[in-house]
Amino acid sequence: MDGTLGLLGGGSGGGGSSGASANESTVSKVEVVEQDFVGMSSEASSYPAEAELELGLGLSLGGGGAAVKAKPCKWGERGRILTAKDFPSVVSHGSSTPSRFSDTATAAAVGPVSGTKRAADSVCQEGGSPTGGSQVVGWPPIRAYRMNSLVNQAKSQRAEEDKLIGEKDKSPDATKKKIYSKAETNAKEKCHLGFVKVNIDGVPIGRKVDLNAHSCYATLAQMLEDMFFRSATTVKSMGGEEQLTKPSKLLDGSSEFVLTYEDRDGDWMLVGDVPWGMFLGSVKRLRIMRTSEANGLAPRFHERNERQRSKPI
Amino acid sequence: MQRMACSFPDEVLEHVFSFVQCDNDRNAISTVCKSWYKIERWSRRRVFVGNCYAISPGMVIRRFPELRSIELKGKPHFADFNLVPDGWGGYVAPWISAMAAAYPWLEEIRLKRMVITDENLELIAKSFKNFKVLVLSSCEGFSTEGLAAVAANCRNLRELDLRESEVEDLSGHWLSHFPDDYTSLVSLNIACLGCEVSFSALERLVGRCPNLRTLRLNRAVPLDKLANLLRRAPQLVELGTGAYSSELRPDVFSNLSGAFSGCKELKSLSGFWDVVPGYLPAVYPICCRLTTLNLSYATIQSPDLIKLVGQCQNLQRLWVLDYIEDAGLDAVAASCKGLRELRVFPSDPFGPEPNVLLTEQGLVSVSEGCPKLQSVLYFCRQMSNAALMTIARNRPNMTRFRLCIIEPGTPDYLTLQPLDVGFGAIVEHCKDLQRLSLSGLLTDRVFEYIGTYAKKLEMLSVAFAGESDLGLHHVLSGCENLRKLEIRDCPFGDKALLANAAKLETMRSLWMSSCSVTFGACKLLGQKMPRLNVEVIDERGPPDSRPERCPIEKLYIYRTVAGPRFDMPGFVWTIDEDSAMRLS
Repeated sequence: MDGTLGLLGGGSGGGGSSGASANESTVSKVEVVEQDFVGMSSEASSYPAEAELELGLGLSLGGGGAAVKAKPCKWGERGRILTAKDFPSVVSHGSSTPSRFSDTATAAAVGPVSGTKRAADSVCQEGGSPTGGSQVVGWPPIRAYRMNSLVNQAKSQRAEEDKLIGEKDKSPDATKKKIYSKAETNAKEKCHLGFVKVNIDGVPIGRKVDLNAHSCYATLAQMLEDMFFRSATTVKSMGGEEQLTKPSKLLDGSSEFVLTYEDRDGDWMLVGDVPWGMFLGSVKRLRIMRTSEANGLAPRFHERNERQRSKPI
Repeated sequence: MQRMACSFPDEVLEHVFSFVQCDNDRNAISTVCKSWYKIERWSRRRVFVGNCYAISPGMVIRRFPELRSIELKGKPHFADFNLVPDGWGGYVAPWISAMAAAYPWLEEIRLKRMVITDENLELIAKSFKNFKVLVLSSCEGFSTEGLAAVAANCRNLRELDLRESEVEDLSGHWLSHFPDDYTSLVSLNIACLGCEVSFSALERLVGRCPNLRTLRLNRAVPLDKLANLLRRAPQLVELGTGAYSSELRPDVFSNLSGAFSGCKELKSLSGFWDVVPGYLPAVYPICCRLTTLNLSYATIQSPDLIKLVGQCQNLQRLWVLDYIEDAGLDAVAASCKGLRELRVFPSDPFGPEPNVLLTEQGLVSVSEGCPKLQSVLYFCRQMSNAALMTIARNRPNMTRFRLCIIEPGTPDYLTLQPLDVGFGAIVEHCKDLQRLSLSGLLTDRVFEYIGTYAKKLEMLSVAFAGESDLGLHHVLSGCENLRKLEIRDCPFGDKALLANAAKLETMRSLWMSSCSVTFGACKLLGQKMPRLNVEVIDERGPPDSRPERCPIEKLYIYRTVAGPRFDMPGFVWTIDEDSAMRLS
């Protein structure tokens, strides 16, 4: 195989000679250049974990590649804030090591928006691990726009199916279509619905959260509280507003803020009223609203039917 | 030589330069001598800024006082996949403000991955009297209110293209803000809008704009209204349908079919949400003229797809879901001999098992049957070195090759070996390869091949690959034309980065996330390379609060002549020359 590409067989100029010597010469080149960075090169080049990194990379297959190892202590050296929550997910997702790799690099107690969120997962697992594939952020690389579009189609197809269930439609195409879209929707409900935006009153810039990293309201609320109400540096408030330092419970009405969401029909509802699955199916975005403003929510809910009649012509 | 240059009056030189439109050529012209530099800068009408932070608006305005058209790009590409936290940047506001004052005759603004607000849109609408083209690609931060301002005020608007932007849908009435005497629309793309636009306003708009060539509707436009629109615009060249579903009714079908047949210029079709297969034959009469077909939202199955593409003998660009399966791609290979670009998207990317019969074989077929194929984006679940080598040998004219094997770290399914050799064949045979995305199980070896062979490569995307810093070093030291490098979840660290620091100034940008780069290396890089902005994106708090060996979350390095930017959010950490850590 290598022979055809001629890379390791013959010499081509600088780097690529045969086998071992190629590696050596390349490595020495790297070290030579490093001398320019006097004083820093020793730090930069000492890399105790590198050997382990090679082994840790990868592999959901048994035989062909390196073995999978769980090495929480090695990462602990790097000062990551480990919590008990992380360990169960590391072990149970042993096959998806690449995601673990990114997990250890990005996970922390504070729940970053665009990192993997295993901690929340493991606390609230209902029936086993999430469906298949590694639920790594941004993988596979499909634009959020496209994902949302596919998911929205699956949702409406399912709505149509629910309508059709009473009808007798025996054509093979229709049955096949039902099978396809059912599989789709089952998978999609557990997959990334696309990130939903979260805004909090008073801060112009919103955040995005991945609802699929949670399987219940409690962890979602916890994460949002961490994200918006911690007094540390994750959220920078604009315009000199004072930092919100009070820990607050968004779901039980004991804070000055409530968590609301906009559903598919454009109505704003209080989060927590409907079963989680139903919430996932209809939420478009979230808003952390001041309790004083949210008092109007209940009556608006009843106005929904009226509003539906007055659509733009 | 100088005497010759001065012997022509400036007007003559300017006239000659006006035949040169390509940015690189104009840049070359400006370096010949001072006089040419001066003439060129006064006559440049169009500028492309690949990274809005690489230069300041003031600098652009000072050099090119007479621009009519500007294109700006903001966030890094991986922002498309939610890897860049909200609030990172890419605000167009300072550019709009500066240009509103400096370029009253600005005609075109094209933005990609930038944040634009309703206020910005209103400023555009008010400031540029001859404004013609607004293209917002993957942008966000605005609502339909901003669109209303543009519609109401831009009397000479030709093009309004919102492709894949995130728009806050407040109301569908914005479309009615186009005045009744406004007739200059040439291109309208509102496919990304969620809300229903006022349909009667849309109909009237379409009816009174005789130059309308491109109309991309959003999903909310129902199929039974499409025929009326088409009959008002039979000159359309590009059409995006709305939802392609309706109760199957013969009258609706024949109306639609007739309307399509009346569009003799139609070459491009897209849309097709919620497809009811029974309505597909309505487009059969025009298939033979189609050069672009985007079915990537159409959840139709392989047999229907085969019937459709089988009639598109002139197809050059096909975007489709993996429902097409290998059998469908065989049909494409047989029928679409002029195909240049193929994109196959996954219908069920998170399912644990394949839901369709799409394998590497489909891509191999197309590579064999379509001699002009040069651009590929392919999502699949299995691949082999043999297949990649076949594709490489079949298509040495390939210029863009992006392969996404859905499960990270998947080896050659036949041999269980890494896919190094397969990708190596791609870069070896496809000598003009400009863009490459890797996936599957890959060691440092693939990067050695890339560094050795991919001399024309400009953009490389890497995920879950490699074994050591050598991999990164191969790429940075070998790929002479590399402009953009984006890496995620690879064991690349400080060594290769520091050893190739100078290379970074020859590139537009480098993105690394979930790798092994330490803050110490970033500080060093920031100190030593003043013409680079080294931005550490880390939402866990100050990087200095963790041991220096602790890898940072994300790193974005880009060359700039504008110095550090002033709009960094709290989770972006940089180092200034004092080597003190600077919070934005």
